[in-house]
Amino acid sequence: MHLSDLWFIAIAVLWAGYFVLEGFDFGVGILLPLLSRGDTDRRVMINAIGPVWDGNEVWLLTAGGATFAAFPSWYAAMFSAFYLPLLLILVALIIRGVAFEYRGKRDHARWRAGWDAAIFLGSLVPALLWGVAFGNIVRGIPLNAAEHFTGNFFTFLNPYALLGGVTTLTLFTLHGALFLALKTTGGLRARARRAAMAAAPAAIVAGGGFLAWTQLSYRASATSGEGIASAACAALAAVALAAAAGANLRQREGAAFAANFTAIAAATASLFTALYPRVLPSTLSPALSLTTGNAASAAQTLAVMTVVACIFLPLVLAYQGWTYWIFRKRVTGPPQPSVPSLPPAPTGSRPAPRVP
Amino acid sequence: MSVLDLSRWQFGITTVYHFLFVPITIGLGFLVAGFETAWIRTGHERWLRLTRFYGKLFLINFALGIVTGIVQEFQFGMNWSAYSRLVGNIFGAPLAIEALLAFFLESTFLGLWIFGWDRLPPRLHAACMWTAATGTLLSAYFILAANAWMQHPVGSRYNAATGQDNLTSFAAVLFNPAQLAGFPHVVAGCFMTAGSLVAGVALWQLLRRPGIPADHALAFRHALKAGAVTAIAGAVAVVITGDAQGKLFTQHYQPMKMAAAEALYHTSTPAPFSLLTIGSLNGSHPVFEITLPRLLSFLGTGNWSGTVQGIDNLQSQYAAAYGPGSYIPVVPVTYWSFRLMIGMGMLAVLIAVVALWVTRRGRTPAFTGKRAGLWRTSLVAGAVVLPLLPLIGNSMGWIMTEMGRQPWLVYGQLKTADGVSANSAGEVLASLVVFTLLYGALAVIEGGLMLKYIKGGLAGEPLPGADGDGDDGGGGPGAGSGGGADAPMELVY
Ligand code: HDD
Ligand code: HEM
Ligand code: HEM
Repeated sequence: MHLSDLWFIAIAVLWAGYFVLEGFDFGVGILLPLLSRGDTDRRVMINAIGPVWDGNEVWLLTAGGATFAAFPSWYAAMFSAFYLPLLLILVALIIRGVAFEYRGKRDHARWRAGWDAAIFLGSLVPALLWGVAFGNIVRGIPLNAAEHFTGNFFTFLNPYALLGGVTTLTLFTLHGALFLALKTTGGLRARARRAAMAAAPAAIVAGGGFLAWTQLSYRASATSGEGIASAACAALAAVALAAAAGANLRQREGAAFAANFTAIAAATASLFTALYPRVLPSTLSPALSLTTGNAASAAQTLAVMTVVACIFLPLVLAYQGWTYWIFRKRVTGPPQPSVPSLPPAPTGSRPAPRVP
Repeated sequence: MSVLDLSRWQFGITTVYHFLFVPITIGLGFLVAGFETAWIRTGHERWLRLTRFYGKLFLINFALGIVTGIVQEFQFGMNWSAYSRLVGNIFGAPLAIEALLAFFLESTFLGLWIFGWDRLPPRLHAACMWTAATGTLLSAYFILAANAWMQHPVGSRYNAATGQDNLTSFAAVLFNPAQLAGFPHVVAGCFMTAGSLVAGVALWQLLRRPGIPADHALAFRHALKAGAVTAIAGAVAVVITGDAQGKLFTQHYQPMKMAAAEALYHTSTPAPFSLLTIGSLNGSHPVFEITLPRLLSFLGTGNWSGTVQGIDNLQSQYAAAYGPGSYIPVVPVTYWSFRLMIGMGMLAVLIAVVALWVTRRGRTPAFTGKRAGLWRTSLVAGAVVLPLLPLIGNSMGWIMTEMGRQPWLVYGQLKTADGVSANSAGEVLASLVVFTLLYGALAVIEGGLMLKYIKGGLAGEPLPGADGDGDDGGGGPGAGSGGGADAPMELVY
């Protein structure tokens, strides 16, 4: 295997990591107005993803950076072609990120309502558009010999890619609902479970349809190892998705979340294996497609990156995992009254805080 | 306007905006971590209050640092795709490694810090902030290495036929001499900025009328000292490293940039330093100058009679080497941004020194006598502008560095005009307008929040887990209690 193939896999893994992680925090954002019955509910929902959403988003930055370094032509062609969709995604991610941090910083109903809307829209738009973007990547875009995109915004709005958008939207909403069922208590938890019941059929129909369409029309080859792997991943995704729905019905919250996690990862793998060895097909002529061969970086760059990734990726996984462990408890409200006024003004020194 | 001009404006605006938050994040992260450690060491509650207070300012600022950073990461591919394609295999690597090494570290450990007050033992909690702060330094290192490579390409082989650059030595890219001089300069500037913020806010609180409670005043006195000392130390480092950079760039890497920064048109031995040069509008020749003889020779070469090359002479050399065309950056911008960078920084140090002086050994400025009102007004004004000055200085430094490099994108190899994407002007205009409006609105919101929390002072800081009996340091982060095994997670946001 060439290093460039390894990096194709690494990029697929980074995107899968991004979707399984930020997928649930997008879902929570989308469900924010739908499941909450008052401000405390909303705070609980936001706090459930509070410690981790930023770390989740870094998977995207790493995927982008890795594409830049390992396949400069892919990064260049893809990011400039998807200019307007990416602009929308960036705006969404900006208002969403700021909203998490600023929402609680003023005690005003209107202030909070504004940021709640930002969280909702900022989650909805990328959840939809990432699917549309990936649909177009797998389907191919009009790319000329100079690796320039010759279409326009409406080129992206084809039925297959739009179904991809519905797929990510419903899958992530389901993911968020399952996450909330796992992380909250009481009425919110029950509503989250019901939301998952409602989202699951939609995700199954859209996702099943999208993956089947991919297999039938857009797979690079049906007979190669990757083609077969792609079909296998699609099947795994379907099974896992059904299992998630079933586990949710039986109130097995942990299992349901894990199954949906697997479904999203398998669906991502199915798309990338369908793509391989192309990275960005051209609809003008197969000869103009970017591939792992013609888009790859110099061997030296790939070698450096491989060493760095082998050392640091396990480390990142370890401490991100540790964070999830620290915050494994369910989140509830109302908050314990945090003492608003301080103990009497300190006079002189106080004993050092106990360190357990 | 052309796609090129629009893309340049967009990159300049979004990058300078990003760099307003960056230096505060980098410097303040360490200061807040220091405050928390001081609390753990001494047990004095005032350090905890300072940790919470400045921690909040840190977070308000950090939020915008993150979201504007995401734009930066995407922009290379969106707007500078030709550039990305040609140099990605060198430039992309530090960017990817930055995300993997630094951004994960910052975001994860900051999440732990924000939500971990009741979950983590104090030392571990403080360690999270130290780790996040270290992450910001790592991130600065990698992105600045990428930038240093554009200023002075090393460790790569340039293929003039394809225009593509190939990596030959990653170590050379990471330890580029331009980076070794530039990184300390930028980091020192960051500490200067954060120190000035801490000191400015503290001084303003101390000058408030009616005065704040005695224990709060004591806390702010400590903060003022910590901040002012950091700012002054940062300033010393900034001057030393800036001088080193100046020599490196004048003599070896980009004599044209430094000649433009000095508005020195003709090669001179020795060269005078310009205190004030007013050029013709197009910056092609000086109209009026005040100069100090020989000083520029010394600054640029370390020798009072060294030769410094002038703009006109360099232009003919470059035209001979790289073909016809203008190789002269916009001289007035380069010249004035250089002076403003230094001037703003030095003014900040001056204010920091005065702030230390008027509060020395427990003193409070008394405001008695004839000019009391004027004296008080100037101190308040000083406190207010102190945090802003180094921010302007930083932006000016970048504007000089980046505009002074023009017309090159990668010095000597790729021109800015050849790096831009083939998108339509309409698309780029749309994004330029959207980012500018959005960033403007966010600036207003963030400024408002900063002011609100600065005005709130220490009174607005309920201590976490404070149980009210106040006798056992119960304000301690997770001093065991709040994080009991079955206790629900507290709400933070
Ligand atoms: C000297 C330091 C420095 C410089 C020159 C830049 N940045 Fe930056 N950046 C940081 C120092 C930093 C930081 C201190 O690490 C930030 C600021 C606030 C923050 O959240 O982290 C950050 C945040 C930040 C983020 C968000 C990380 C997250 O989500 O946690 C991204 C994607 C970038 N930056 C990317 C860039 C790019 C592509 C730049 C070049 C044009 C750039 N930054 C210039
Ligand atoms: C590694 C990172 C960086 C890269 C790749 C980069 C690249 C560029 C590019 C492509 C341009 C547009 C060409 C131009 O108009 O001059 C530019 C301009 C500029 N950049 Fe950088 N830059 C980097 C870092 C920074 C940083 C951190 C700042 C700090 C704030 C900065 C400030 C500017 C400014 C002020 C301009 C001028 C805009 C203009 O001239 O129109 N740059 N840079
Ligand atoms: C006597 C004082 C100073 C000197 C001699 C000096 C010198 C320099 C020089 C020569 C450069 C250009 C390097 C290049 O072309 O890449 C530079 C860049 C820069 N300066 Fe300064 N500087 C001084 C003070 C300051 C201050 C006070 C600040 C901020 C508060 C600051 C912030 C910056 C920044 C952010 C850059 C751009 C990044 C870089 O290229 O390193 N400088 N400085």
